[in-house]
Order: sequence, then structure tokens, then C-alpha cells
Amino acid sequence: MQMPFRGSWGGFMLSVLTPLMKIVEIPFVLVQKFFGVRRVAWVFLAPNLILFALFAFIPIYLNFAYSFTSGGNILLEDRPDAGWENFRTLTACDNYLDPNSCERDVFWRALFNTVWFVTLQVAFMVGFSLVTAIILNREIRARGFFRSVFFFPVMLSPVVIALTWKWILQRHGILNASLDAMGYEPVWWLVDRQWAFAWSVFLTVWAHMGFYTLILLAGLQAIPRDVYDAALMDRASPWRTFRHITLPLLSPTMLVVLVLAGIKGVQTFDEVYAFTGGGPGSATTLIIQYIYETGFGGAPRLFGLAAAASILIAGLLVILTGLQFWANRRNVDG
Amino acid sequence: MHLKMKTAISAAALSLVAGAASAQEIRFMCHAQQFQCDAMMEQFEKYEAANPGVDVVLDKVSYQTILESLPIQLAGGEGPDISTVTDYGGLSQYFLDISPYVDTAYWEENFGTFLPWSRSNPDSTAINSIQSELAVTGAFINRTLFDQAGVAVPAEGSDWDTWVAAAREVAEKTDTPYAMAIDRSGHRLAGPAIAYGAKYFDENGDIMLVDDHFSEFVEKFVGWHLDGTFAQDVWGAVGGASYREAGPEFINGNLVYYFSGSWQVGRFEQEIGDLFDWQVVGSPCGDGGCTGMPGGAGIAGFNHTKHPEIVAGVLDTLAQEDNYAEYSAKALYIPGHAAVAAKGVSYEGLSPLATKALQDWGGEVAKLESPAVKLQGYFHNRTVFNISLTRTSQAIAGEMTAAEAVEKMKEDLEKAMAELK
Repeated sequence: MQMPFRGSWGGFMLSVLTPLMKIVEIPFVLVQKFFGVRRVAWVFLAPNLILFALFAFIPIYLNFAYSFTSGGNILLEDRPDAGWENFRTLTACDNYLDPNSCERDVFWRALFNTVWFVTLQVAFMVGFSLVTAIILNREIRARGFFRSVFFFPVMLSPVVIALTWKWILQRHGILNASLDAMGYEPVWWLVDRQWAFAWSVFLTVWAHMGFYTLILLAGLQAIPRDVYDAALMDRASPWRTFRHITLPLLSPTMLVVLVLAGIKGVQTFDEVYAFTGGGPGSATTLIIQYIYETGFGGAPRLFGLAAAASILIAGLLVILTGLQFWANRRNVDG
Repeated sequence: MHLKMKTAISAAALSLVAGAASAQEIRFMCHAQQFQCDAMMEQFEKYEAANPGVDVVLDKVSYQTILESLPIQLAGGEGPDISTVTDYGGLSQYFLDISPYVDTAYWEENFGTFLPWSRSNPDSTAINSIQSELAVTGAFINRTLFDQAGVAVPAEGSDWDTWVAAAREVAEKTDTPYAMAIDRSGHRLAGPAIAYGAKYFDENGDIMLVDDHFSEFVEKFVGWHLDGTFAQDVWGAVGGASYREAGPEFINGNLVYYFSGSWQVGRFEQEIGDLFDWQVVGSPCGDGGCTGMPGGAGIAGFNHTKHPEIVAGVLDTLAQEDNYAEYSAKALYIPGHAAVAAKGVSYEGLSPLATKALQDWGGEVAKLESPAVKLQGYFHNRTVFNISLTRTSQAIAGEMTAAEAVEKMKEDLEKAMAELK
């Protein structure tokens, strides 16, 4: 019996697919004819651009529109025009270092808290992640197990993390029970403002450290082994090796970690909100919580003020991102 | 045969389509405890039985959902057809007026005291909600701890200072961690402040919140937290407008005096059992009387519903005297229905302790003072509650003095009222 095709399998596929492709080509050729060669790319990008516009540009536009309105109505057409009033009231202060002197004192408290929070969190996050990554990069026993252990909190839900630590730290929590068993006085971890803030920083570092450790670990493993071998031959001390080889070669990765941790720090909300609700008082109220409570959580619901605050914070994030670009370029340019 | 088959298939298809067309589903969002939602559903099922094709679906949610998500859903024209509600003022614009479908005279006669709470303006005659539960704020004591300490329970009519002294003494003698606690809520703060003499409204009837008595009470209240009389974890360990209660501390026997409200009876009955004796002692007295705050929850239909007649029918079924009495008995609520309240409720399966507690709470209703009733029905009361809550918390946390907090409350109220105009 004679086979219809005697060539290779590839030849068979080609003979089937070529006519098929010709059919598929028809609409593309038509599109190209209709829009011109240079504009065809836009046609292909259109579905994505439409989705992006729906879920990014329109909300951004609405946010701007709301920020210039006032009142408690949610629909834009029912909201009276407020001009720059929301921005004015947010930035009106007799003394910018004293939140009590500001018209919207809680906004400034939240802003100061956020600046402190991000500074401390990023510093500890990068420091601890670096140390952990260096340890996990060494030939230690059960290295795989420890890598998993450090990454595990990253996979937990923020609310689970917050409630777990709240359970540990509350007045009759296990930490105080342990202190009591050892003969020490229990501490009001979540009632004292400084302690509550410190624990909030700790909690977020603990929860996210694994992610940054992983990035730094990848950065460490990308450093060529022969550089270390050369340092060993030159009898360089471990400290000099770390300072003059590891740190400089790891700096691009460190930069990524710094910027990511910084932006993530400004955006912190869920863990701390579930952990302390922003208290005691407003000691752990961060800027995103302020925006949420102003717009949605409290009464009255001041959508305009919340939108204006979010624009100011977006400005802050743009500056942070600009710094990232600048630092990246400087790094690339040497 | 072929024709018969065709006919049968057509009939089946028609009945399916007809069934789908007649199935009228309405969704009911309920935030109470499961047995209380079930008690409501039992009454709604009576309407379902009388109206085949109507299906009331229960969505059990948290109180937080009712406070935070429901208003957003309603503003977007979405959400359930019926829901339990507490923020009457904030939601009144979305309520469905069921007066065209019900006997308005009956409703006015039995729910007339509470109907104005859910109306969007004083001239309205709309019927927007049914008071499904009447609550009163006030205090419980751990009677066993008082007896163990050998401290006499302060007599009826005692003021805050007397109660503070007694609770402290009991806590010291019995080595109880907390002498007193009050739920973290502006609503809970309002009762004691009004009993202390705060008026909340000026002589023109406009909201003012701060007066001399209010300032004085906030000063004392902050002081009681700072000197450790009140459990600092409740007001001091959280921020913003978060609600926090001290029920678990009371249930665990770690608290002598707990200022909360009548809705805790069912829970205490279930969770404390016979571990210790507890007692309702109502509200301490002051220049403004011995008032707590009225409250509780209502059930309202919303104007976006596609089935207004069914919503009205469901609510009207619950409103009928026999049904309401049966429901109150099962849900362990103080009735908000005048005729049922007058006849009394035979609460089902309650211990003598809890039965007496509910009767005592019924007695507290008579002590409510007019500023308290007016504040509960005030359109922007949640705004007032949140302002007093957040600023008092800041003073307790040491961010400002009580006097500064009170000044901030005045400013906050002015700004909020200007924004809401």
C-alpha cells in the first residue's frame, strides 16, 4: 500500500500547516492593509491596553476627580466641587513637626509613623535578610530545611500573622505568661505606644524577610566563585572578603531589595491594621490605614479627603521610584 | 407515541420556565449570632410557606460587614434585599418605604417610638424598618467575686465614683486582673456621659457633643484608664474607630464590672453557665439620671430590591404580635414591639439568672433619658460616636491630654458637619 507522504515527519507537518497558516494570515493581511504596517502593533496591543485603561487609568482619573470634591455621597455627580480644599486642609499646619498643630493631625501622625516605620523596617529588613542569606549560602547542615523555614512566613496570610502575634503579645499572651513563669513582671506590649510600634516593625520584618532573603541569596550565588578563590589565595580575611568582594558585587541586588522593601513599607496596611488597628491611640496608624479609615472605615466617609491623601502618597511613591531609576542608572553607568 | 413524547417534553420545559419565572429570591444579610438569625428566618419561613415560589436566603455576616461593606454596596445600587442594620442615619437614604404594603396604623402603634430613627427627615411618615431588637447599654457585675471579696454591691442609684471604688476593692481582694471595662465604642461612652450630665445637643436641638459635663466625664474616664481601674487593653490597645469588647475577660472571670449591654445575656448564659453568678446592675447615676443608651438593631429592606412587595411582606410577617413574641423568646432579645413588651416575653430555655437579667434590662428601658433617645435617632450619630471614640483613645494612649482631646472633638465635629452639609 502506498503512503500519501513519504517524507519526514517535519515535512508532513509543514505540508499540513502551510495551508492552515495561509488561512490564518488572511485577517492579519486585512488588518495590515486597513491600518497600515506601522499601526498593526497597536491593534495587537489594544486588548491589553483596554484592560489596562479600565483597571488603571480610569481609577486614577476617578481618584483625581474625587479629590476635588467633598460631601458624603459616593456617586461623582452628587458630590459638590471642593476645589483644592482637601489638599489645603491636609497640608495646613502651624508647625509641621507638631501634628497637634495641623488641621488634619491624624494624617500627619500617620505620615510621621509611616516615615519612621519605613526607615526602621527597611533597615532591619535588609540587614537581617543579608545576614540570613549569607548564612544560608554557606555549606551548613540542613540548609534546604532552613531555607524553607525562613521563607515560610511569606506564604502566610497577613491576618493570620497579625492574629498569631497578637495572641503571643496580648496581656495574657504566651510571652507574658513566659515572663511571669520566669519571675518577671508582664509587659503591656500592645498598650505601650513604643512597644506596639516596635512590634509592628518586627512583625512585618518577620513576615517578609524570607522574600528578600531569597533575592539576596540568588544575588550571592551569582557572584563568581573564582573571585573568592583569588581572595583566598591572597589570604584576605573573611571581613575584607565580605567588604571588598561580596558587598560591591551584591550591590545591584541590594538596591533592588532596598527599593522593593521601601515601596512595600509605604504600602503596609493589612498586617498592622489587624495587629493593632492603628493603636494605641494613633501610634501605629500608617498612611494607608488613614486613607482607608477616612474613605471607608469611619463616619463620615470622606472620599474626597481620602482621594487627596492617596494622591499625596502616590507622589511620595513616585519620588521613591525615581530614586530607584536614578540609583539604577548610576549603578549601570558605574 | 411520538406526539405524546413531544407534549411531555414541552410540558416539562414550560413548567421549568414557569418555575424559574415564579421563583422570587430575596437575600437577607444578618449579623447577629447564628441562633438569633435562625429565629428571624423561622418567621420569614412562615411567609415563604404562605407564598410559594418566594425564597428568602440567609447570608450570615460579621458586624464589621454591616458597618463597613453594606454601605458601600448600597451606594453602588447592590447588596441584599433585606439586612439587619444599626446605623439607621447613615443608611436611611437606601431604606425601602414599606408603608404602601402594610397596615401603617398597626406599625405606628407598635413600633412608633423607633420608626423615626430610620427616617431620613423629621417630617417623613415612611416605614423603613422593624425594630428587631431593643438593646440598652449598662453594666454587669461578677456577683461571685463581690461575694468572695465580702464587698457590698452598691445600691441602686449609686454614681460612678461609688462603683469605681467598689470594683477596685473587689479586684484587689480577689486578685482579679481587671476592676472595670467598657466596650470600645462611642455609643458605649455616650450613656455614661449623658448620665453624668452631658447633653450632646444644644438648646436649639443642634448637635454639640462637648459641654462641661461631657468634658468632665472624659477627664475622669481617661484618668480611670491611666490609673488602671479600667482594662487598658480594651480602649488602649487598638486605634482608629475599631470596635472592641471585653466580653471574653468577663466570661473568663478576669473582670469585676463590665459596662456593655443587654445583648450579652444570651452569650453569658451560654458561655458562663454556672461557672459564676453574674448580675445586671444597669447604669451608674449622675446629674443626667441613670440612663444608658438605647440601641439594638432593626431589619430594613432596601430600595434597590426588585421585590418590594415581598420585602414588605416578610417584614410584616415578623411584625405580627404572635410571631414577634415567638421570635423574641427564641432570640433572647428585649422586644421592640409595644404590645409584646407590655405582655412580657417568656424566654425559652433560659436559666432563672438569665431570665431575671432580661427582665432587669427591660426595667432599664424606663430609665432612658431624652438626650440618649435623641442621640440614638440622630442622623449622623455614627460620626459623633467615632469622633468621641478616637479622640478619647488618643488621650488614653497619652498622645494628648483629655482637655486637648475634647478640644479636638469640637474641631472634628465642626469639620464633619461642614463636610456633610
